[in-house]
Amino acid sequence: MQFLSQLINGLQLGSIYALVALGYSMVYGIIMLLNFAHGDIIMVGGYLAMLAIGAGVAPAFAVMISIFGCTILAVIIEKGAYKPLRSAPRLSLLITAIGVSLLLQNLALLIFSANAKPFPGTSILPSGSVSIGGLSIGTTAIITIVVSVVSMAALTLVVQKTKIGKAMRAVSEDTEAAQLMGIPVDLIISVTFAIGSALAGIGSILFCCRYPLLTPTMGSMLGLKAFIAAVLGGIGSIPGAVVGGFAIGLAEVFVNSVGLSTWTDAVVFGILIIVLLARPSGFFGRPMVEKV
Amino acid sequence: MKKFRILAVMLVSALLVSSLASCGGTSASGAVKVGILAPLTGDVAQYGIAVSNGAKLYLDEFNAKGGLQIEYVEYDEEGDPAKAVTGYNHLVDQGITALIGDVTTTPTLAVVEVAKADNMPMITASATAASVTYDAESDAVNGNVFRSCFIDPFQGTKMASFVQEKLSAKTAAVLFCSEDDYSIGLKDSFVEQAGRIGLEVVSTEAFAKGATDFQAQLTNIAAKAPDVLFISYYYGDVALAAAQAKEAGVSATLIGADGWAGIMEVLTDPGVIEGAYYCSGYSSDDTTPAVQEFIKSYQAKYGEVPNMFAAQGYDAAKVIVNAVQKAVDAKLQPGSAEFKQAVIDNLKATSLDCVTGHITYDEYNNPEKDAVIINVKGGVETFWGKY
Repeated sequence: MQFLSQLINGLQLGSIYALVALGYSMVYGIIMLLNFAHGDIIMVGGYLAMLAIGAGVAPAFAVMISIFGCTILAVIIEKGAYKPLRSAPRLSLLITAIGVSLLLQNLALLIFSANAKPFPGTSILPSGSVSIGGLSIGTTAIITIVVSVVSMAALTLVVQKTKIGKAMRAVSEDTEAAQLMGIPVDLIISVTFAIGSALAGIGSILFCCRYPLLTPTMGSMLGLKAFIAAVLGGIGSIPGAVVGGFAIGLAEVFVNSVGLSTWTDAVVFGILIIVLLARPSGFFGRPMVEKV
Repeated sequence: MKKFRILAVMLVSALLVSSLASCGGTSASGAVKVGILAPLTGDVAQYGIAVSNGAKLYLDEFNAKGGLQIEYVEYDEEGDPAKAVTGYNHLVDQGITALIGDVTTTPTLAVVEVAKADNMPMITASATAASVTYDAESDAVNGNVFRSCFIDPFQGTKMASFVQEKLSAKTAAVLFCSEDDYSIGLKDSFVEQAGRIGLEVVSTEAFAKGATDFQAQLTNIAAKAPDVLFISYYYGDVALAAAQAKEAGVSATLIGADGWAGIMEVLTDPGVIEGAYYCSGYSSDDTTPAVQEFIKSYQAKYGEVPNMFAAQGYDAAKVIVNAVQKAVDAKLQPGSAEFKQAVIDNLKATSLDCVTGHITYDEYNNPEKDAVIINVKGGVETFWGKY
């Protein structure tokens, strides 16, 4: 029974990692950029929801504001910071991403101060628990897992079945060829950022409901863990990000539950090292062939 | 000619040295300099700001009386041990003769290591680990270090006895941070006292510093169904853990120590700690005239009700200023080695009525006073009584 409870804890944590990892993976898949500002988008989403609820907006609208806010912010970042560097070396793009991450963190520090702020999580997701055959499951856990699975299913549908999805896959396969075929590459890249960040916005709300304390640096560790999840699953691969997210979430919870909490991060990074040694491109990644 | 030049250099440098020596500890106006070292920004800023505000309130009141003037220099160490040591050295360069600080245990331990070598009289308002004033390895008391708060073992021991005697608890669980001296100190003394009085500790679960997820540990605790759950950490993490405890199905009464102070400000749903108890050095509901007077002047100055850290900061300033005053009365030169030693001797002999009670020091430089028990009732912190 206790094992089942821990399994659900792991799935809840894992589904948040998976949502965030998807954003990393999609962006990497399309422009080969490790978007390190992705974690900080989550932080911004949390503060936006807090401000909205503080201003008396209905919780459902506050969630919308937060998700739209994340989406718009990501598109602005893409247009303002990344697009001018599209043809620059990839390293410049990476450094810019780190710069954007620091900028967002310090802006939040300036506006909200370093003091932790309570997140009004209970007005979005009611806390409580349901009992199924003696197993008590928190409502946030159920909602988190369900919302994540639905979002991921929707994303898969969009990518596999729609025209936009087809265009995204084409740009990711070969940007120049896609352009020659008349696909508006710039638009598709923006759409990819927008979808990835909307998922991050959802992840942000779920994360903050579970850990209702906002700090300007809250996104960095979450972002890093999600990045590991994306690499573990094979960066660029959508099912990879999901599997990676769940793997990291479950690993963390089981390490904590056997009393090795001090080793949690070490185990997570250890798993990454082992997987990369055995399968350098992750679970679902396609092996990269260097073109000479 | 050459000899003359050497003589001149020697004379000039002697002059320089003597002028430098005379400026240590006193500024031009003849005031004695005292340092305040506290985290004014960062994760634990809430403690640092309260301690510093309390200390500055006393110092300003003292200076307003005329007579000896205390000039204070403040340094923000952001809750970081390395920055705390840098800050301490900076304050020493500024010519301080006594130190109020540091605030949280880990940076304080770092500062103690350097301050010991300088024999710098220091008083911390809130570092509760036993190791701050006592070095277990060499079995020696850190003679220059004092405090105005309880020590961790005292709080852990108190709470274990309290839950057994007053809440008739039979079983207990502990959730603690395995990378923090404060948290470990509280856990050890709680478990030790529990063993002594026959309170069964059914589960001790650890978490890493900076962790936000306690669900795995809390699920283990819930399975053991203890009567009380002792969370021996600071308010921010306690707030997260308390919210998750409810989700994980923990029905135990939550208990804690003084690190809980300020928890109401970071909770969205106070219901998660309803019925909890924690011990503290102070309560604003205390009706003693000294306490009420302190609250009134603090409110007038800062516009908010002082918490325990502010009260202990005020007391820390009072205790150390009292010791400095006596050293000045003895006509010693502020900043000199004899002056510092005199301040330390005076601290040891302290017997003062303070806001948090009458303070005297035991052989380990820890104050001897009663604990206040706070109970969360109807979503507000209420004064349960002294224990």
